[in-house]
Amino acid sequence: MEAAFTLTIGVLTACGLFLLLRARTFTVVLGLTLLSYAVTLFLLSMGRLVTGRPPVIVEGAQYADPVPQALVLTAIVISFAMTAFAIVLSLRSLGLSGTDHVDGVERP
Amino acid sequence: MLMIALVALPFAGALIVQLCKRGGATAAFAIAAATALAALGVLAMAWPGIEDGTVFKWRHDWLASISLNLTLRLDGLAFTFAVLIAGIGLLVVIYARYYLPRVASTVRFFTLLLLFMGAMLGVVLSGNLLLMLVFWEMTSIVSFLLIGFWSYRSDARKGARMALTVTGAGGLALLAGVLLLGRICGSLELADVLAQGGMVQRHPLYPLMLVLVLIGAFTKSAQFPFFFWLPHAMSAPTPVSAYLHSATMVKAGVFLLARLYPVLDGTPWWFYIVSLCGLVTLLGGAAMALLQRDLKGLLAYSTISHLGLITLLFGLDTELSTVAALFHIINHAVFKASLFMAAGIIDHETGTRDLTKLRGLWRYMPHTGALAIVASLSMAGVPLLNGFLSKEMFFGETLAQDLFGYFNWIVPAAATLAGALSVAYSLRFIYGVFFDGKPDDLPNYPPHEPPRLMKVPVEILVVICLVVGLVPNITVGALLQITAYATLGKAPPEYSLSPWHGFNVPLMMSLISLVAGTLLFYFRREAFHRHHATLALLNARDRFEDLMQALGWAARTLTAALENGSLQRYIALLVAVMVLLPGWYLLGAGTMPLPDAMRALSGPLPQAPLDPITGAGLAIMALGAIVVVACRRQRVAALSMLSMCGLLMALLFARFSAPDLALTQVSVEVVTILLLVLALYFLPGDGDKARQPSRPARWLRDGVLALAGGAFVSAAAFAVMTRPYDSIGDYFVRNSVSGGGGHNIVNVILVDFRGFDTFGEICVLLVAGLGVQAMLKGLRLTAPAFDPNGAPWAGQSHPLLLSILARLMLPLTVLVAVFILLRGHNLPGGGFVAALVTSIALLMQYVASGVLWTESRIGVNYRVMAGAGIVVAGLTGLGSWFFGYPFLTTSFGHFHIPLIGEIELATAMIFDVGVYMTVVGTTLLIVSHLGVRDKRILASTHEQAHASAQTKGGR
Repeated sequence: MEAAFTLTIGVLTACGLFLLLRARTFTVVLGLTLLSYAVTLFLLSMGRLVTGRPPVIVEGAQYADPVPQALVLTAIVISFAMTAFAIVLSLRSLGLSGTDHVDGVERP
Repeated sequence: MLMIALVALPFAGALIVQLCKRGGATAAFAIAAATALAALGVLAMAWPGIEDGTVFKWRHDWLASISLNLTLRLDGLAFTFAVLIAGIGLLVVIYARYYLPRVASTVRFFTLLLLFMGAMLGVVLSGNLLLMLVFWEMTSIVSFLLIGFWSYRSDARKGARMALTVTGAGGLALLAGVLLLGRICGSLELADVLAQGGMVQRHPLYPLMLVLVLIGAFTKSAQFPFFFWLPHAMSAPTPVSAYLHSATMVKAGVFLLARLYPVLDGTPWWFYIVSLCGLVTLLGGAAMALLQRDLKGLLAYSTISHLGLITLLFGLDTELSTVAALFHIINHAVFKASLFMAAGIIDHETGTRDLTKLRGLWRYMPHTGALAIVASLSMAGVPLLNGFLSKEMFFGETLAQDLFGYFNWIVPAAATLAGALSVAYSLRFIYGVFFDGKPDDLPNYPPHEPPRLMKVPVEILVVICLVVGLVPNITVGALLQITAYATLGKAPPEYSLSPWHGFNVPLMMSLISLVAGTLLFYFRREAFHRHHATLALLNARDRFEDLMQALGWAARTLTAALENGSLQRYIALLVAVMVLLPGWYLLGAGTMPLPDAMRALSGPLPQAPLDPITGAGLAIMALGAIVVVACRRQRVAALSMLSMCGLLMALLFARFSAPDLALTQVSVEVVTILLLVLALYFLPGDGDKARQPSRPARWLRDGVLALAGGAFVSAAAFAVMTRPYDSIGDYFVRNSVSGGGGHNIVNVILVDFRGFDTFGEICVLLVAGLGVQAMLKGLRLTAPAFDPNGAPWAGQSHPLLLSILARLMLPLTVLVAVFILLRGHNLPGGGFVAALVTSIALLMQYVASGVLWTESRIGVNYRVMAGAGIVVAGLTGLGSWFFGYPFLTTSFGHFHIPLIGEIELATAMIFDVGVYMTVVGTTLLIVSHLGVRDKRILASTHEQAHASAQTKGGR
């Protein structure tokens, strides 16, 4: 299970990084989103993979570690704000420069 | 107590000078003079104790963890230096009163001078090596300000910068050396360090430590090869030169040699480095002094030469040579200060320091001339003056030393040669300035004597030269004895201070150097001016500036190579660094086949078995990500694959015991995809033929980087997940109900335990929203007339079915949102999720019915709403202050509400409502603004008719 999970994180990271390195703003935003998925899963995995023990208190139960979950919850919301900011930044850049290249000019 | 007063006085004086700025230059002068006088008074009070051999100590622990204590220590050596610093300081203050114009900047001058005095006193009185270093650096910085005092002059700025660079770099070396010394001795207290002489020299780190300390001392005392800054520091006002470059700043280096003499001396390393550097400086400085054209330049190089003499004496292997060095420190300070002052008077009265223009001044200023001549003769080492005494001791010691075996004779020979050169440049000063014809090329003509009081400091110093030279035993005998005792740490050997020792070899050497120097000057007089032209090639300041320019060029070239304006390259570099630096340790695992690598990384925890459904989900997710990459040019397809990955994420959260995260992820995913679709409308497609795909090399680079990054993250995650750990989570589990009044631990952490973090987070969210709004302001985007496939847009912009369903769903969705919000404290849910659900419901109205229709019915300013949310959350936190609890303390209780029943309410829920408002406000702020943009453009294009018809129809 852990191996499969980490491989998935690795694939997400690799895909995200590759898209992040592309020249078009929309592709970069896609990459950013994939990368933030990978980071979120990575953070969650820091609390180890726990099955069927949500951190909601009931009589005499064991719980998954709530700390990474609290971290991830804020991370999800912040990464939404970041994605929104990045996509609007790319729109602004398009409006000012007329191109969707990340550098603001077409490069070979 | 005396010592604290001594160090604190100048700093207090500087403060008072600044406070009494309105009094102008005269008040500043009075305060500065009174301060120096008071310092001298304190020293006079300490004299009886010092004479008896008492060492005054005071210690206060300051930063004991780094051994930086406020320790002051006043012994004979420190006392002598303190007398020089305060005494010559007083004379320089009086002199500066007449030298500088009475303008506002003079107040600044006296402030800096007092600061410098305080720093120097701190250096000599420090009983802790780190504390000494603090003062040492302070002298570097204040001297930078003093040398560059006339900051409108380019040469002053350059000279100051060079002095700071050289002495500052030396200070760093000294810091390293002192820390090493502290490590060797196990203490940075001077008393402990000095007690370990003999042990230090045998330590394996001793050579390194010695070299570092010597670099510090040599840069400060302008020894070869670091001498070049001193001549350019002559662009300072003359009182500064008289103070810094005779008695204080440059003496700090030789003070350090004397201070640490017991722990540094006694090894071949010390003897050869110190004596050879001193010897080279002695000869080189004297020769350069002869070739100077600037009066102060001559004095500067002569200072370098005399400092070389002192250094050489410290380096010789006889104990008496140290006594001679200390004696020469005192004598040099006295005659060189008076010479600088005399040079300043000449400059002041004639308007030039150029030796080719100055001549025949005896006729116009005989009084100044007489004083300058006596001081110069002392510098030349003429009998019956103080300079002669220490020079005789020096000659004697060069004969007594036994360092160079077969070549021992070189040292006395070089000493005699240097003596001859110093006679020659002293004569050049005397003859060239006061005789040699008539002055006909002076900017101020005719020159005349300066104000009476301006000469008083020079007179005092010259009288000291004479008296010490005539009756040394009575005047400085006792002082020298205790200084030598404090320096050596034991009684110095017998020596005799007397102008007359009979006909012996040192006297012969003196006579030879006098005659040879006179002859040299007489026959080569004309040549000096000519040599000056060739010397310009060796101008250290220009070379230094060239070096600085070259450094700047190198920095620019390197920056341009790294930073070529391509963001892609920056990200590639960042990723490469991220992967390479920490990934270095995983490299071993990276070269193995996969199963071996996993075994190598794996920790002791057993892996859970992989069930088929989870495995399928993970595989689909990974495949989805790959498909996003593969069809990134078909943007809608890529986006739908991306959203599939996001939804699978939510399932994974649910699978691995994180229901809150699953809820949040689902709702965030909807909003994100909506936003991206909106943006996609404006962004150009990839169908354009003009767009070139990346080159294969770029592909390869990015592919390698991406794979390496993925492998690194995988390996790190795997290594962590298979190892046990101690979590702070147990604390939250135990205290969630009793301390936070909630059963949903994640929510309690967010709104209670770590509420302040959440508060910060919603602020960030709002800032992002405002940033989005600001970026969209005034933005004009042209909407494409056709979709990426070249087909016209569909005419029906708001499908009927969707708009009716969305309106029906709205109240239900909001009800669900409120439910989620209320139960969030005890069951999965909470402010974030509820807010996102509400946002989706409202956004659906935008999508289904258009912006104008929706906004006219909602009538809420989202920006105000988001801000109000932060206010609510903040006030909830502040509320706990009124009950005497820290910010954001929760209180909770159980309430019975008719029809609903028993519920538990906590103030944290109000906080959660604040979170809810901020998130709803920000989300709608972002998305609806993009929508408005959409709307306006629609209205301005051919779609106008459709849009307005739809709006009317909606109403």
